[in-house]
Amino acid sequence: MSDVSLTVNGRRVSGNAEDRTLLVHFLREHLGLTGTHVGCDTSQCGACVVHVDGRAVKSCSMLAVQASGSTVVTIEGLADGAELHPVQAAFKEHHGLQCGFCTPGMIMTATDMIARHPQGLDEATVRAELEGNICRCTGYHNIVKAILAASETMAKGAKGKAKQAA
Amino acid sequence: MYSVNYHRASSVADAARQLKNGDAKLLSGGMTLIPAMKTRLASPSDLVDVSRLKELQGVKVSGKTVTIGAATTHYDVSTDEKLKKVCPALAHMASLIGDPAVRHRGTIGGSIANNDPAADYPAALLALGATIVTNKREIAADKFFKGLFETALKEGEIVTAVSFTAPAKAAYQKFRNPASRYAIVGVFVTKGKDGARAAVTGAGEDGVFRSKEIEAALAKNFDAAALGGLKVPAKGLMSDIHASADYRANLIAVMAKRAVAAANA
Amino acid sequence: MGIEGVGARVARKEDKRFITGGGRYVDDMVVPGMKHAVFVRSPHAHAHIKKIDVKKAQAMPGVVGVLTGKELKADGIGNLICGWMIHSKDGTPMKMGAWSPLAVDKVRYVGDAVVIVVADTKGQARDAAEAVEITYKELKAVVDATKAIQSGAPQIHAEAENNLIFDWELGDGKATDAAIKSAAHVTRMKIVNNRLVPNAMEPRAALGHYDKAEDHYTCWTTSQNPHVARLVMSAFYNVAPENKLRVIAPDVGGGFGSKIYIYPEEIVCLWASKKTGVPVKWVADRTESFLSDAHGRDHVSTVEMAFDKDNRITGLKVDTIANLGAYMSLFSSCVPTYLYATLLSGQYNIPAIHANVRTVYTNTAPVDAYRGAGRPEATYVLERMMETAARELGVSPAELRRRNFITSFPHQTPVIMAYDAGDYNASLDAAMKAADYAGFTKRRADAAKQGKLRGIGMSCYIEACGLAPSSAVGSLGAGVGLWESAEVRVNAVGTIEVLTGSHSHGQGHETTFAQLVTQRFGVPIDSVSIVHGDTDKVQMGMGTYGSRSGAVGMSAIVKALDKVEAKAKKIAAHLLEADEGDIVIENGEVKVAGTDKSLPWFQVALASYTAHNLPAGMEPGLKETAFYDPSNFTFPAGCYICEVEIDPETGTTEIIQFVAADDFGNIINPMIVEGQVHGGIAQGVGQALLEGAHYDSSGQLLTASYMDYTMPRAGDLPSFKVSTSNTPCPGNPLGVKGCGEAGAIGSPPAVINAITDALGVVDIAMPASPATVWATIRATKH
Repeated sequence: MSDVSLTVNGRRVSGNAEDRTLLVHFLREHLGLTGTHVGCDTSQCGACVVHVDGRAVKSCSMLAVQASGSTVVTIEGLADGAELHPVQAAFKEHHGLQCGFCTPGMIMTATDMIARHPQGLDEATVRAELEGNICRCTGYHNIVKAILAASETMAKGAKGKAKQAA
Repeated sequence: MYSVNYHRASSVADAARQLKNGDAKLLSGGMTLIPAMKTRLASPSDLVDVSRLKELQGVKVSGKTVTIGAATTHYDVSTDEKLKKVCPALAHMASLIGDPAVRHRGTIGGSIANNDPAADYPAALLALGATIVTNKREIAADKFFKGLFETALKEGEIVTAVSFTAPAKAAYQKFRNPASRYAIVGVFVTKGKDGARAAVTGAGEDGVFRSKEIEAALAKNFDAAALGGLKVPAKGLMSDIHASADYRANLIAVMAKRAVAAANA
Repeated sequence: MGIEGVGARVARKEDKRFITGGGRYVDDMVVPGMKHAVFVRSPHAHAHIKKIDVKKAQAMPGVVGVLTGKELKADGIGNLICGWMIHSKDGTPMKMGAWSPLAVDKVRYVGDAVVIVVADTKGQARDAAEAVEITYKELKAVVDATKAIQSGAPQIHAEAENNLIFDWELGDGKATDAAIKSAAHVTRMKIVNNRLVPNAMEPRAALGHYDKAEDHYTCWTTSQNPHVARLVMSAFYNVAPENKLRVIAPDVGGGFGSKIYIYPEEIVCLWASKKTGVPVKWVADRTESFLSDAHGRDHVSTVEMAFDKDNRITGLKVDTIANLGAYMSLFSSCVPTYLYATLLSGQYNIPAIHANVRTVYTNTAPVDAYRGAGRPEATYVLERMMETAARELGVSPAELRRRNFITSFPHQTPVIMAYDAGDYNASLDAAMKAADYAGFTKRRADAAKQGKLRGIGMSCYIEACGLAPSSAVGSLGAGVGLWESAEVRVNAVGTIEVLTGSHSHGQGHETTFAQLVTQRFGVPIDSVSIVHGDTDKVQMGMGTYGSRSGAVGMSAIVKALDKVEAKAKKIAAHLLEADEGDIVIENGEVKVAGTDKSLPWFQVALASYTAHNLPAGMEPGLKETAFYDPSNFTFPAGCYICEVEIDPETGTTEIIQFVAADDFGNIINPMIVEGQVHGGIAQGVGQALLEGAHYDSSGQLLTASYMDYTMPRAGDLPSFKVSTSNTPCPGNPLGVKGCGEAGAIGSPPAVINAITDALGVVDIAMPASPATVWATIRATKH
């Protein structure tokens, strides 16, 4: 057993867990954050993607104790209060989800992808970057559309903010 | 996953000490080890985490000499601007490993110490004629990769860095297994001061290997045309539900040609 | 239509919870005192169980219980059944072998559940599961259905000699043989439909909770039809009487057929909860899903298609062997029969059809419905045959199809179905235009200059959906009726709850169903809630599969809405002192037509509950229930075109474009319909290019994780070009046909027709992986 201390969605949390506890299980079972899902055993489906220290990672392939000391953002922490994150809003607007199971991982992957491509995204890049996220419902068509739209919205938002700052 | 005891190493020396516990294993990014433990295929008693050690992080470029800390992630290698200038092929190769989330955690040291027969880095390091630096010695890549999941590493030995001289030309081409996305065949070619080298991953029954046929053809003329009539023997190549040995032999030739074309582009 | 009514692209009401991490799936459920279960499964494909020793496991840390099939049988828990009776052509009933939820004497496939271990944590349960000692005596296994029916093959169930479950036929054999004999041309093919694993992203899960004080069971389960689960577990498996069993299917992460059936695990979790005195939760890991979820497809067919000198089809003869796996799953028998052979007329006038189907036990996972269920197999047979015939006859694939299209409706096929409406030329025209079919020759030549092989293929599919008229399916052997129920509850403040027996696991019912209500009463969509998936809330329902929730589920809602509307109008007429016939309901107001007299909707609702001033003799309240039983199947149809480019050096196939032109009848929410088509196409393309379940000859599943089973990823697919040209369905009040399965039904032959066109070969096996394509090219060269 080890003590695990994390900052999750802006809140400092700690708990005691078996060393073999995966980060995803710590989030789900110790913290009750069940938005992060487990869809495979081989770190391929991406339903478990969260951000650790600002980077998208698969929380099914990391021990909770490995993450101790880190800052974690999960799907529950993405929206700004009642206001949806632009990626969440785009998934809704463009019907980028059906059963919703892969969706949290998709959205966390998408926000990370957009952040790493401030110059913008094209369809081929989005599809390649979704390598580690499997969806069985949507055929990806509307997921790709949603991510491209969110990327544009966020770029405009950033420009707007830059203007305001100037 | 079986029960395990986790230790976070404070230094390489500390990690070496901790490794003496029971059946301890080093943990870096964990992208192979943790999934193997989840399916109970691996069952170390202890894990010694070196992924946060500052001394193992980062890419250093000095002239043509490149040194990469063992705990540098694939993402950091793939996006390193200095590396992209002197050896863009390696940055490109790192960008093809797994998926973005895997690249954020997986490390070069973990990849080569594991020496998965379908991993990408072993091919790159062989073709680059790299040196693997451990806490005890330096090992030439040609001597380091020993077979399936086997390396020259001795008990308690820890990879700390890899270094190589950037070649004049290099490129990597990978043909993915449609399911696992690991390489069915990956070919890394280089043209350095000692001539052409070509290493193949994903295909060999004994893991990564240098292709005599390709290197011989490229020795005279480092050009895709030189590989026109190349026949790669299927003997010694893996055969599974995804690819026969014949198919892999064909892909080696095709990927080699494309790699050389990319290196010359 | 209004911005939230029928026909509008309304963003989904249910999305909020899914995009914020608030979805509630079975694995998210926590009950006080809950423990975790792991199943010990057979590592052998076929073996006798000689001995089970659980002592060591029982002594492991955290273990609450280790239970076997013997104890389960002793408690009277029944065997799993197949709920659709099929008779062989000699009149004998299908040979159903016993399927115990936990194997007792014999295991019949790798993954067969043998023991359940319950412990404080999943890790402890798994540790203890490894300590269960089972002695097996291995038997020879058979995984290939064509081998399993040969004499001398391993005998899997005593009940089924030579593993033959039934030998069934449909159609007129004599007339078909005569047509083939007198034909100007006969096209012959052997056609294999590869075995698939459904792979809903949420693995199956069950949480069983026995409440001792109430002697009552609650089961949270990943089900597409919780009411059927309750019915079957009560009536056949003897878990508990219906009034003592509540089944809840909360948010379910995709089904695609695989979550229709009642599996051993939910039965065993409920029983184990009573046995151990704690709530028991089981969640499959992915490999467990690969091993134990019902698989799909797995047909081998020999086909002959006869043409006259004018290229008109005169007869079709199909001989199919269908692999049903180790046990007969709940609806396994109807998939290769009434959901398959009845669709063999396709979109074509075919005077004589004969289908013979033999179903076979093998030492593999049970096979049952997977998206499309029987209809993809029929479409694949027909559309591959049409393509090959066109090439043999030297006519264009489009021309051959047009020549044989059914153009007048209703149309009675020789295989039961009576098509009610359609316009197959319209779909074909739309698809060819969208694909710039005319420009293909140039694109092919351009690609050839780059060393690439281009091909184009089409597929004109039809499916029978809206399952299904109860008396019709009853006469064909179904154990249940396939109606649907709805209850519309108008609350005193005018908000509305609709209770439905349909189940949404991605289809967006919470939105489309609410659109019907908004359309009818003009109330905001946010004031309408859809309630489903809980047997304590919804009285009875048949669930969601077979693209039935629109045509059947929504029709039931329409019927209930009719009743609510009639009563509301009566109340309003009374209050407004007007004639009932003059009352109209618009934009949330109940008005007297042609006057300025009106009441807000909520006031009518309120009046029904205050009951201070109702028409004489009227009961208070505004709540109505309806059951809708369809009079016919519905017949969605369409044309799909796929264009591929193959890299001959590596065998890689790239989909350059994929066009779908569908006829779904009237559409409630086009955005959701398009999403259904996208997903279906991805699964169909997956079948054609990527996916295949592969057992070795000893019965080990070699493709038991995403490391070996190729799931379609974003990079494997293009964006799709989808459109609809619709003929309303005359058989139901909304004129809808259903859209959930079309993509998976229509796309595989389009892809394979394109690949074989590119390669200049007659056939290629699915999945046409790069390795397979490369080997085919090499074989052609030699």
